[in-house]
Amino acid sequence: MELEPVVVMKDIIVLFPGVKALDSVSFELMPGEVHVLLGENGAGKSTLMKVLSGVNKIQTGQVFLQGNPVEFTSTKEAMDAGIAIVYQELNLIPHLTVAENIFLGREPMMNGIINWNIMFHNANEILQSLGVEIDAKTPLKSLSVAQKQMVEIAKSVSRDSKVLIMDEPTSSLTNKEITDLFRIIRAIKEKGVGIVYISHRFEEIKQIGDRATIMRDGRYIATVSVAEKSVDEMITMMVGRELKDMFPKQIVKIGDVVLEAKNFVTKDKLKGCSFQVRTGEILGIGGLMGSGRTELARAIVRADQIISGEVVVDGNAIKIGAPSDALAQGIGLLPEDRKYHGLILGMSVGENITLASLGKLLNYGLLNLKKGEQVGNEYVNKLNIKTPKLSQKVKLLSGGNQQKVVIAKWLLTDARVLIFDEPTRGIDVGAKVEIYKIMTNLAGKGMAVVMISSELPELIGMSDRIVVMCDGRITGELNREEATREKIMHYATGGQEI
Amino acid sequence: MNSQQNVITRKKFDIRGIPNSIMVLIGLVMLCIAISIVSPVFLTKDNIINVILQCAINATIACGMTFVILTAGIDLSVGSIVAFSGVIMGMMLNSGVALLFSLLCCCLMGALCGLVNGLLVTYAKLPPFITTLGTMSIARGFALYITGGRSISGFSGSFTFIGNGSVLGIPILIIIMVVTFVIGAFILRYTRPGRYVYAIGGNTEATRLTGINVNKYIIMVYTICGLTAGIAAIMLSARLNSAQPIAGQGYELDAIAATVIGGTSQVGGEGTLSGTIIGALIISVLKNGLNLMNISSYIQQIVIGSVIILAVMLDKVRNR
Repeated sequence: MELEPVVVMKDIIVLFPGVKALDSVSFELMPGEVHVLLGENGAGKSTLMKVLSGVNKIQTGQVFLQGNPVEFTSTKEAMDAGIAIVYQELNLIPHLTVAENIFLGREPMMNGIINWNIMFHNANEILQSLGVEIDAKTPLKSLSVAQKQMVEIAKSVSRDSKVLIMDEPTSSLTNKEITDLFRIIRAIKEKGVGIVYISHRFEEIKQIGDRATIMRDGRYIATVSVAEKSVDEMITMMVGRELKDMFPKQIVKIGDVVLEAKNFVTKDKLKGCSFQVRTGEILGIGGLMGSGRTELARAIVRADQIISGEVVVDGNAIKIGAPSDALAQGIGLLPEDRKYHGLILGMSVGENITLASLGKLLNYGLLNLKKGEQVGNEYVNKLNIKTPKLSQKVKLLSGGNQQKVVIAKWLLTDARVLIFDEPTRGIDVGAKVEIYKIMTNLAGKGMAVVMISSELPELIGMSDRIVVMCDGRITGELNREEATREKIMHYATGGQEI
Repeated sequence: MNSQQNVITRKKFDIRGIPNSIMVLIGLVMLCIAISIVSPVFLTKDNIINVILQCAINATIACGMTFVILTAGIDLSVGSIVAFSGVIMGMMLNSGVALLFSLLCCCLMGALCGLVNGLLVTYAKLPPFITTLGTMSIARGFALYITGGRSISGFSGSFTFIGNGSVLGIPILIIIMVVTFVIGAFILRYTRPGRYVYAIGGNTEATRLTGINVNKYIIMVYTICGLTAGIAAIMLSARLNSAQPIAGQGYELDAIAATVIGGTSQVGGEGTLSGTIIGALIISVLKNGLNLMNISSYIQQIVIGSVIILAVMLDKVRNR
């Protein structure tokens, strides 16, 4: 019997302000298949899956589920129709038991009250059928991340989901846990569930994937059989251009050490991290998600509490007790989460740019609004921020332009060290190149730049030097000349010196 | 790649483009027109001064409340602060302390109570609602305790002049309200702390990471709010020629209502003092109009409650 595709998406167009997030993308998922979505950050993978799971609305195009046209207006509708999504941040309730989480909202009832015996029994049955050794009565909060993920998968199985979407499911798992996860994925494949698997890790894709759909800049590129294509072929389709055009890196004279971070330890994550960065240098910090890169950056500016750690600027140990002290020392953090940590979304472009430097606008102790406008416009032009006017609310800008606003804010403070945490996440390709240009120019003018990134091409293409983190420690350091994907991944997965 | 998912472009006109304060002003004007059609007395000079006079105390407190709500906080203790600082001033006046010094102490007392709120909210990391619910009871308790529950009255004529006198035909209470409003609006627009108030309400974490000492400014807004309650205590005691430990009950709700009707977002970051003053006027005009139409005060409560809910619903729709 010829199998019918479980999901067909045809000519999907999704518009965001200023960006065509998806431009006539088509996608097809067979039952019992692991279909990999490949593409750089910003290629539109997550947006496409958000269409399927009812988060994003489409402008044109059609979605078919088992041959029937559907148009989900909420995630609940999509869920009820059999589409389950396992997010990177898991959607579970820590204080409830595993069984309660699995059956949340669908608790087995008897005479109007919850039948706990049946609930625990059914939950255990599902867990066993997946080969997961977790007792259904365990409180969720006592599980590891990998186990929680399995509970999330069990939840989708219990709902009889026909489609399971997994977004970077292995990003915070150990090798052993990944093996377990793959065993479970194979088990649900057997049940005829179609699995969409979003990942950047080709090693895993080769292991678990059947077919791959490649996307780039919001467009559909190709659907290929994973077994028949080499990793290099797939990367070329993904990137679509020579890497060296993408990174406008200039080698500039590297000067003295500006910032030295010494022995940073935090309660949860960091186990003693130290590094130095010099004027004119772009220092890349690599590592897997959860390796402690963001925590290190936040610890340096004291956005979080630390157990120990010392910051030395120009050879002098300085005391930083709060981000305001870091600002005074010329150290700025450009957070990973622009929207919630980097910007005041409800404020205008101009207000955001000048927020950290209002002291410069004072005239007899009062804000000179005219001067604020001048300064704002100067930076809008300098960084080529595309905004209709300075008073435009920053939430209406595209991701790339929002990032430029954050950069402008820090440049205006005359910072000497900027720590960029995932500077190009969620930014389309054109804007990425512009951000790289800005970073290169800054280094050229003698600023010290620290760049945390999960994207290996970006790390390799932009950094003068790369330190790699794993599990709260710095596990390796590479020069620009010696840095390769393999070496970075080797250190990132905890490998020792070769 | 999902940074814009919440803001789908809409070409068609919608009410989100109009500033809050203009919307509220339109509301006030429409309300005034409607009432003046029903009751011709409404638009007489005496009645208009009366309407403004009635909202002067509430509007003054609401100015401070707006600062707090702009940072996404709330202050339930203002009514009790009015009573507490009022009776302290009353005791000072009656024991022969100089008038100006007593007035100053009343303001300082209010500010001090606000400072305590601010310290509890920031350093003890307590939620503003609970903190000020607690200090509301504490301040009220102090006011009752030090007076033994009795009112203090019999003030000099120079003190009661504040409550009943006029300068150039304008009642002093209205002048106090306007001065408070002008200074407050000036702070919000032309000073660094003013800008930070909006930033903190818009996104506390981003403001902190930008290198701004968020706690300092949160303490500041509660102190300002306490200060306006202290000023209101002078206004009220002078008007009634009596400082009462049970004064100011429910003032916190009136001030919150004026702020919310005036278009300040309850989640912080958006709003103006001019909106708040108009909000206070709307409440006062509504009460006045319903009085002129001989509608019972019971019904008035229902109407005012509905207006508050409508205002918040409008705010939700506009921020969607």
